Amino acid sequence: MAETPFKAEIERVQKEYSEKMTPGAVVYLPGSSVVNKTGSWRVFMPEFNRDKCVRCYLCYIYCPEPAIYLDEENYPVFDYDYCKGCGICANECPTKAITMVRETK
Amino acid sequence: MPIKKVMKANEAAAWAAKLAKPKVIAAFPITPSTLVPEKISEFVADGELDAEFIKVESEHSAISACVGASAAGVRTFTATASQGLALMHEILFIAAGMRLPIVIAVGNRSLSAPINIWNDWQDTISERDTGWLQFYAENNQEALDLILIAYKVAENEKVLLPAMVGFDAFILTHTVEPVEIPDQELVDEFLGEYEPKHAYLDPAKPITQGALGFPAHYMEARYTVWEANENAKDVIDEAFAEFEKKFGRKYQKIEEYRTEDAEIIFVTMGSLAGTVKEYVDSLREKGLKVGAAKITVYRPFPVEEVRELAKKAKVLALLEKNVTFSVGGALFQDFSRALINESEKPKIVDFILGLGGRDVTFKDLDEALAIAQKALNGEAVDEVNWIGLRKEIL
Repeated sequence: MAETPFKAEIERVQKEYSEKMTPGAVVYLPGSSVVNKTGSWRVFMPEFNRDKCVRCYLCYIYCPEPAIYLDEENYPVFDYDYCKGCGICANECPTKAITMVRETK
Repeated sequence: MPIKKVMKANEAAAWAAKLAKPKVIAAFPITPSTLVPEKISEFVADGELDAEFIKVESEHSAISACVGASAAGVRTFTATASQGLALMHEILFIAAGMRLPIVIAVGNRSLSAPINIWNDWQDTISERDTGWLQFYAENNQEALDLILIAYKVAENEKVLLPAMVGFDAFILTHTVEPVEIPDQELVDEFLGEYEPKHAYLDPAKPITQGALGFPAHYMEARYTVWEANENAKDVIDEAFAEFEKKFGRKYQKIEEYRTEDAEIIFVTMGSLAGTVKEYVDSLREKGLKVGAAKITVYRPFPVEEVRELAKKAKVLALLEKNVTFSVGGALFQDFSRALINESEKPKIVDFILGLGGRDVTFKDLDEALAIAQKALNGEAVDEVNWIGLRKEIL
């Protein structure tokens, strides 16, 4: 995934926020979620088998985050920085190309 | 020149809103405050008030619309009561946490069950932990004035907290009294235009409001609400002083009445204060050393003023139209907190009375006085007393 052009700026503001609370905890820089990774509390992660994939895009459509995007050949790619491990993609996949496995760190 | 009109507190609240010139009003009708949005919708329809009047399907939506509008950077207003305020509960926390200076007019009414549309303070008292500022009006004039003052305080940069102004159901909401409507120019000078500094909608300067607060930040964010409540104490005094200079009517967080050399001071809020002042007059004629105190500002709780008041009396008799289970009334809890570490303190006796619109008469107050006098003489009395309770039907 392409890096956000604001990444350095966002990290600077985030550091500022950790030192100074704003009224109403307002965040004055948009797009900060790019560096706020939300995949850290995942227990299960989707494991993808490219050979079984028929490129139906159901996983891509059903991902509630959306943490799945498509590569140049239109195969799904999982963004583990944002995937919360809900398992909806694996459940929807008609060819069982996606299986949920326990995350080990 | 200010004009005098005879009106209900509901109309007075609508007039206050008109004078404050909010840009968005979202409200849902509920007894006894229905007339407030009705009157405002008239003002808007007649072109007397340039504002967006949003008709909503519930109070939850009304306050949500106000939060949205206030977050976009305009002055907003709504009115409600009782179950309506309770339905707003979760959004009340959000408004305070996001530091949005919304003002609500509340026709103080009891909460179900049983269904009861009449007056007590349980609705606003139940919202005392939301972070909102709370003002209580004794009469219709105060209902109008306190709404203007509420805006002044709420929008102060040191405060930035929403505020609710309570006025007693039917006793005020549906009773006509002469009310002085201040000049629009003076109100404009007093309030100024609301210029949002921290919460606004500007495509050129996008911001995120109401974002997720991780454990690393949540506690600090909550502390800023605490701090803003503390700051409000001085800001309220300043606003009262400026209001008096401009409009000639004096307000205090705790208004004392004949407390000089008083042994027993009755403490109350809202319209009951009027009854209690009359009662104190009648007792003074009999030579009894009794005074009264009215709490105009309930949140932030005027701890310092309570300590000053406590120095003047041997017994503080709290008259409350609300119940906090296992405690008594909410005032009893607040007074206990204010005085617990004082080396010398008066006895506090709590009275719960007038719930659900039951009249509070001199006879009821006599009952309270008898118990307060017992406490004064050093006799043992219950800390919490229900006055006018029909024990024979229990």
